[in-house]
Amino acid sequence: MPLATYGWSRTRAKALKSASVISGFLITIAATFLGLLAITFIIGRVVPIDPVLAVVGDRAPQAVYEAVRLEMGLDNPLIVQFAHYVWDVVRGDLGMAVSTQRPVIEELGRVFPATLEMATLGILIGVLVGVPAGVTAAAHQGSWRDQVIRVLGLAGYAIPAFWLGLVGLALFYAHLRWVGGPGRLNLFLEGMVPTRTGMLLIDSALAGNWAVFKNAFSHIILPALILGFFSMAYIARMTRSFMLEQLSQEYITTARVKGAPERVVVWGHAFKAIRVQLITVIGLSYAQLLEGSVMIETVFSWPGIGNYLTSALFNADMNAVLGATLVIGAVFIGVNKVSDMLYRLLDPRAR
Amino acid sequence: MSLLTVENLRVSFPTEQGRVEVVKGISFELGRERLGIVGESGSGKSMTGRALLRLIREPGLVTADQMNFDGIDLLTLPEKGMRSLRGARLSMVMQDPKFSLNPVMRIGDQISEVLRFHGRLNRRARRQRVLQALQSVRIQDPERVYLQYPHEVSGGMGQRIMIAMMVVLEPDLMIADEPTSALDVSVQSQVLDIMDDLVRNKGMGLILISHDLNLVARYCDRILVMFNGRIVESCIASELHQASHPYTRGLLASVPTMDERRERLPVLDRALLEGLETHD
Repeated sequence: MPLATYGWSRTRAKALKSASVISGFLITIAATFLGLLAITFIIGRVVPIDPVLAVVGDRAPQAVYEAVRLEMGLDNPLIVQFAHYVWDVVRGDLGMAVSTQRPVIEELGRVFPATLEMATLGILIGVLVGVPAGVTAAAHQGSWRDQVIRVLGLAGYAIPAFWLGLVGLALFYAHLRWVGGPGRLNLFLEGMVPTRTGMLLIDSALAGNWAVFKNAFSHIILPALILGFFSMAYIARMTRSFMLEQLSQEYITTARVKGAPERVVVWGHAFKAIRVQLITVIGLSYAQLLEGSVMIETVFSWPGIGNYLTSALFNADMNAVLGATLVIGAVFIGVNKVSDMLYRLLDPRAR
Repeated sequence: MSLLTVENLRVSFPTEQGRVEVVKGISFELGRERLGIVGESGSGKSMTGRALLRLIREPGLVTADQMNFDGIDLLTLPEKGMRSLRGARLSMVMQDPKFSLNPVMRIGDQISEVLRFHGRLNRRARRQRVLQALQSVRIQDPERVYLQYPHEVSGGMGQRIMIAMMVVLEPDLMIADEPTSALDVSVQSQVLDIMDDLVRNKGMGLILISHDLNLVARYCDRILVMFNGRIVESCIASELHQASHPYTRGLLASVPTMDERRERLPVLDRALLEGLETHD
């Protein structure tokens, strides 16, 4: 049965190929992550903050200092220390935050979801508004729509985030009372829903507590809109220029020669060809939001990772700083890998 | 009645020095025949082809006293009507399949689109028609090519796919704009023969735009020679060697042949030609 054998070996070859693609992916992720760990480790060693002093205080006697130093393993060779560090991180131990005496991983588990929630809402707004805006601007280049979108895009570059945040709060919270103010919830609603994901909109929806959901939404919407505005400005600008490039290509003329309606020319042909480039742009934009916008988080008293990292830096709390850096680095790796995978999926030439 | 009547067609584009005309009032008629338009680059031959399909976009401007296709006035036809002509009754094969085929779309889907825009065939019937069209341009394994992407096929095959796409609905008139200039010499005549067969068998009109005199003389019934936006010569293909206009004579004289030993090829006397222009 030569035919059957042929079919069988083809499926087998396909499975083998995707297995090797996946394992290749995992290996690069592991290698990138190890590189990231090496960098945070080195940063931890070169900063002029003595980790022992940070624990024992600067009035501790020499004997105590020495004992703690040994306990922390700082007498070992660097490579051994690094191995310990990697092992700790893999087990989820990022050390204690000096200022609060609580595990860093626990604190990050609290602040990161707050940023994740806001960044996700922000990027959704940025993509849902920015992509169609950019496409429309390019499809009607030079029209009034194009001009409006370009001016808005420029504003997204020129306006400082904290200013927009303050004006937004003054107008929509203090004056019009359309939205909730700073923070994630009104004080009397806090602790009303069990924490599952750390993202209040999801937790309250899971608990079916719509009062909390509504309140959380009224708090998150303004900062998310502002973040969304900035990523919208960037995404729209990039979408517009990608689209203009494609619309001048010869295959667009072919589509018109075939009798394609303008909608199909724009969305069915040109847009399909820019999806890969767009994914890179959106991924970068999302990763940037996930770093936590310090300005927006400060203005809105948002207990996110940007705020956390800033106060950890001011307190010289190295464990917290390195932990947060690690999370941000991991987010970058993750977002990049996801866009890589989508790349392969969407571009036949990259397969 | 003729299939296409063009009278005083002009195409212009704005520049910093004011509007520049690239087609300066040309007129011709076409039946179900094969018409060649030859000329050097910049002579306005491609713009003429695109103007007929109304593909010149703003800020380009097209005017004419008459532009009539099979009784339809192309000048006043609304865009929607124009769209239903394009691909179905009027089509165009472009120069380089590397650029004229959509890189991220399967070949079968790209051809199938023409049928989708113009008819109510269901998916299966469309697929059948696409496979037939691929076969008609002598593609051996249409089923496989259907699923391929443009970067997976050669230039010659790409251009045959382009032709399949443009004849799948058996248009009345097909414009071929330098259809083989981007191809290897070895596959040029193969592609042209396929196109020629289709045009003859289906009784289509053809406008073959090229800079290659010999090629046009071989595949066309009639020839228009364009220079600097104007038609300077119009003749029957077989009588091309008797052409009278200095530009055509110059072009003919500068075509090299295999069995000659000339130190230099003659060049066109531009000053003389520009001089002739102003007397028109």
